[in-house]
Amino acid sequence: MAIDLKNLTIKKAHDHLIKGDFTAVELAGAYLKNIEEKNKDLNAYLEVFDDVAEQAKAADLLFKEKKAGLLTGIPLAIKDNILIKGRKVSAASKILEGYVASYDATTIEKLKKEGVVFLGRTNMDEFAMGGSTENSAFGVTKNPHDSSRVAGGSSGGSAAAVAMDGALAALGSDTGGSVREPASFCGVVGFKPTYGAISRSGLMAMGSSLDQIGPITKTVSDAEIIFKAIAGKDPKDSTSLDTTIYRSENGQEKKRIIGVPRAFTESEGIDKRVLANFQASIERLKKLGYEIKDIELPNIGYSLACYYIIMPAEASTNLSRFDGVKFGLHKDGKNLLEDYLLTRGEGFGKEVRRRILLGAYVLSSGYYDAYYNKANGVRELIRGDFTKAFETVDAILTPTAPTPAFKIGEKTNDPVAMYLADIFTVTANIVGVPALAVPSGTSMVEGKSLPLGIQFMASHGREDILFELGKAFCGEEV
Amino acid sequence: MTTIDLETVEKLATLSRIALSPEEKASLRKDMEAILGYVGEIQKAGVKEESPKAGIVRNVLREDVNPHESGAYTEDLLRAAPKREDGYVKVKKIL
Repeated sequence: MAIDLKNLTIKKAHDHLIKGDFTAVELAGAYLKNIEEKNKDLNAYLEVFDDVAEQAKAADLLFKEKKAGLLTGIPLAIKDNILIKGRKVSAASKILEGYVASYDATTIEKLKKEGVVFLGRTNMDEFAMGGSTENSAFGVTKNPHDSSRVAGGSSGGSAAAVAMDGALAALGSDTGGSVREPASFCGVVGFKPTYGAISRSGLMAMGSSLDQIGPITKTVSDAEIIFKAIAGKDPKDSTSLDTTIYRSENGQEKKRIIGVPRAFTESEGIDKRVLANFQASIERLKKLGYEIKDIELPNIGYSLACYYIIMPAEASTNLSRFDGVKFGLHKDGKNLLEDYLLTRGEGFGKEVRRRILLGAYVLSSGYYDAYYNKANGVRELIRGDFTKAFETVDAILTPTAPTPAFKIGEKTNDPVAMYLADIFTVTANIVGVPALAVPSGTSMVEGKSLPLGIQFMASHGREDILFELGKAFCGEEV
Repeated sequence: MTTIDLETVEKLATLSRIALSPEEKASLRKDMEAILGYVGEIQKAGVKEESPKAGIVRNVLREDVNPHESGAYTEDLLRAAPKREDGYVKVKKIL
């Protein structure tokens, strides 16, 4: 049968594979054909693997042997900062030129056991630093809805791959919104789990107290399926959690209350179309029977500033491992110090260099207390605001991004303007709570219909609330 | 307003082991001033002086038991190094 990629979900694909309507090889082939047609223009993939057909054959065998699970044969795209043993991986950076992963990320290990098909590795902002994928050393990823605009970032390639039907689903990573913002720009679902819910082993580290791997999918149900397959405590990541640690459903089914931090969502610089769509989304939720409640988060206005201190501090530390000695690029100088200076000077792109220096600054003696320590204190205050809010509401709602997808090049010369794209997403990483971004409609901008999105946040470990609300909002079967 | 001078940029670049061109030093100086001006907002937050607490997520190291066989991963890891010699990563003389 002809495969309708546009309306395909993981569950539907699985049912077809079980019934034998098509094979995993045919399914993967349909995606490869789409990639072949569209990737030249959009640049979602940095590499399409040459053994996709073999992986799919192995999946078909699992179906034949009746050993197939829900994810068997499902074609996935993987962000270029997640390690798959024996394959190239570069974080879209020149400094990892020629590097081949020496082990599997724990998420990859789990997905391999499920028998998924890895289609390829997707473009991103170098080392996940950016909100537009313009910081890739291998060119920008364009938005499938309007190729003059960015796909968002840093997981722009993963979001574009799913939106262009170049993969059924994808993995991204989210340090300050890098799964959710591109998902919003591309009109797909992006999910950042509770900090620690998914192992970070084999994910290249940016901000270790903020980083989480997350799925990018077409439906909330698909995000839930992938999340459940890859979540859980991992001995290789001591910050990973037993997913039951926070869970505390102490009542029976109740009517969910959704909090809206109005002072924050209506602050300066939020696009009018985004606000109008956000208001319409609130009305939709009311019609679905949810109670909407205005809430105060007194310190949330500091979250972006707090984030842009903690993240560069951690990134500056994490990226010291790229020295031209252990892996990747090596530039030869007169002595070892020059080797370091040249390798890192040439290997890292501009935004990465900027954040390393910024991180070194906020960590240096004399500024440590005023910036890094202060930011940790502010982080506690914001965390306190959320704890208090979750005493009276089940979820907190904001737009996902302050604007629809912006033009390529629009913000490249103004780092602060670029950082503001993260305004609504960084708080979930600061606090460590799970956040789900879902499409909430479109807006006509210069003759193109551009996707908009909203984001639900829930208390630590309450992914279940997010899936419930997300499915209801998107009209999916619960 | 936070001001950053060129010397500070140079010092940070040396500490971070990153070679920068003169033009880039100048543009980074400007960028850093703008970014630090923005993030400096947090000075206004009412943070109380208190000793930092350990959060619920702690960095707990595994027990140091059941070591893998010596050399089991050596080749996998060394293969990634730009320069190697006799089972070691090779670097230039330090002293």
